[in-house]
Amino acid sequence: MSTGILLQIAQTLIAILLAPLLMGWVNQCRAWLQGRSAPPLTQPYRTLKKLFHKDAVIAHRASPLFRFAPYMIFSCMVLAAGLVPTVANDLPFSPAADVIALVGVFALARVFLALAAMDIGTAFGSLGARREMLVSFLAEPALLMVLFTASFISQSTELPVIVDTLAHREFAIYPSLAFAAVAFWMVSTAENARIPVDNPTTHLELTMIHEAMILEYSARHLALIEWAVALKLYVYSALGIALFVPWGIAPQGDLAALPLAILALLAKLAAGGAALSLLEAVFAKLRLFRAPEFLGTAFLLGVLGMLIHFLLEV
Amino acid sequence: MSLSYPLQVVNLLAALLLLISFAMLSQRRVVGLITLFAWQGAALAASTAIIAWSTGQHHLYYSAALTLILKVIAMPWFFYRIVRQLDVNREVESMLNIPTTMLIGIVLVIFSFNLALPISQMAGTVMRSTLGIAMACVLLAFLMMITRRKAITQVIGFLAMENGLFFAATSATYGMPLVVELGVALDVLVGVFVLGIFFFQIRESFESLDLKHMEKLREK
Repeated sequence: MSTGILLQIAQTLIAILLAPLLMGWVNQCRAWLQGRSAPPLTQPYRTLKKLFHKDAVIAHRASPLFRFAPYMIFSCMVLAAGLVPTVANDLPFSPAADVIALVGVFALARVFLALAAMDIGTAFGSLGARREMLVSFLAEPALLMVLFTASFISQSTELPVIVDTLAHREFAIYPSLAFAAVAFWMVSTAENARIPVDNPTTHLELTMIHEAMILEYSARHLALIEWAVALKLYVYSALGIALFVPWGIAPQGDLAALPLAILALLAKLAAGGAALSLLEAVFAKLRLFRAPEFLGTAFLLGVLGMLIHFLLEV
Repeated sequence: MSLSYPLQVVNLLAALLLLISFAMLSQRRVVGLITLFAWQGAALAASTAIIAWSTGQHHLYYSAALTLILKVIAMPWFFYRIVRQLDVNREVESMLNIPTTMLIGIVLVIFSFNLALPISQMAGTVMRSTLGIAMACVLLAFLMMITRRKAITQVIGFLAMENGLFFAATSATYGMPLVVELGVALDVLVGVFVLGIFFFQIRESFESLDLKHMEKLREK
């Protein structure tokens, strides 16, 4: 049990420390694909360090919620990172929440971000909050459909059981997961504010969604939010790994498999980050009012995945 | 899941066929539609070849090769040429908007899965569970033909429907050597269709783009 708790802490710490590195890797790949000279891999760490050393500037009218929100968002993402199995499976913390509760944790962070954005009362903040809500209320059911597809296959909504069924039982090809994977990619671009739904590098008022919400933040608050964004990308990548390529995650109580599991995780994250930046380079950003259509397609693909499961795999 | 691995791959390819059918429904550009059609043909050829290999039905190799040559290489090339020459690669105008079309598509998929369930239980092949997917592909292609206005997208819809029919024939009755002949006959029919629409397209574009377009043609 104590090794389990140690592993749990280690896994969460790995997530917190690796998340900016993943962000740096994605940015680097993107720069290469766009023909620019890439920023160093450790750039997100430097940005975080710089932000933590600055003094925070807060609007006069800001309520306590505005100060509190970054801590809330960051801790939600840490909680989510603790729930998703990345290195070892079936850790003591994972029975605390299943995939539906995980979606709820993401929603909690999002609600706080939107509230904080509207708190100051600037035009950009409420604009960003509204857009974020428009995108996320469509993305959430699609994400649930993806998770339900995996849950139907493993007969459980617990992530450790899903990983165990997919990785450690007899290997089988699940066509329904092909649909779920496409839907998951679409949802994760929307949830992580990536192209084609949102552009993380833009500050153009016509197009920005996520950036509009955090315009008023500075210093340590901004650092926490940036870190939470990196963590969210990491958690989504981990979720994608757990659902679609779970091979390599160490089964419960198998300490000997851990070094290999960490190597596999690094390799999969590197490949996933490269694939994400490639897809970002290939696609153009959608107009905002095309986003509902895009996410509607994601939802339909998730539903199709479930239908396919009942047709082919039962 | 007690199927052998080749058949699992065929199931995956069947799911891919359905996925591509939906992508075609949501595709707005003609060139993208043609590329998707080529991919659908490739998935069909691959699944036919795997069925041929795993069940020992050698005549299916011929139909797989036929699909590969006609639907992955010849027809997309032909369509690309038409699109380039007629300059029709703008957004496809459809009668219904895309999300509504997709919703109708989902209803069609549920309908055809339910419809195929009793039929596939009577079929004696190992691939019988994919019959529902094949029917869904046919109906989705039908839907595309109904909702699109351009002649070229309608022809692609027709060809996609033929893909679905071909897949249905393979998954329900691979024992019939007729499948090959059926495939060839339908392909010839499709070829004639394509040419007919080709002339129709030229006529249509000359009406709309008159002299300017004729000059462009003469230069080439």
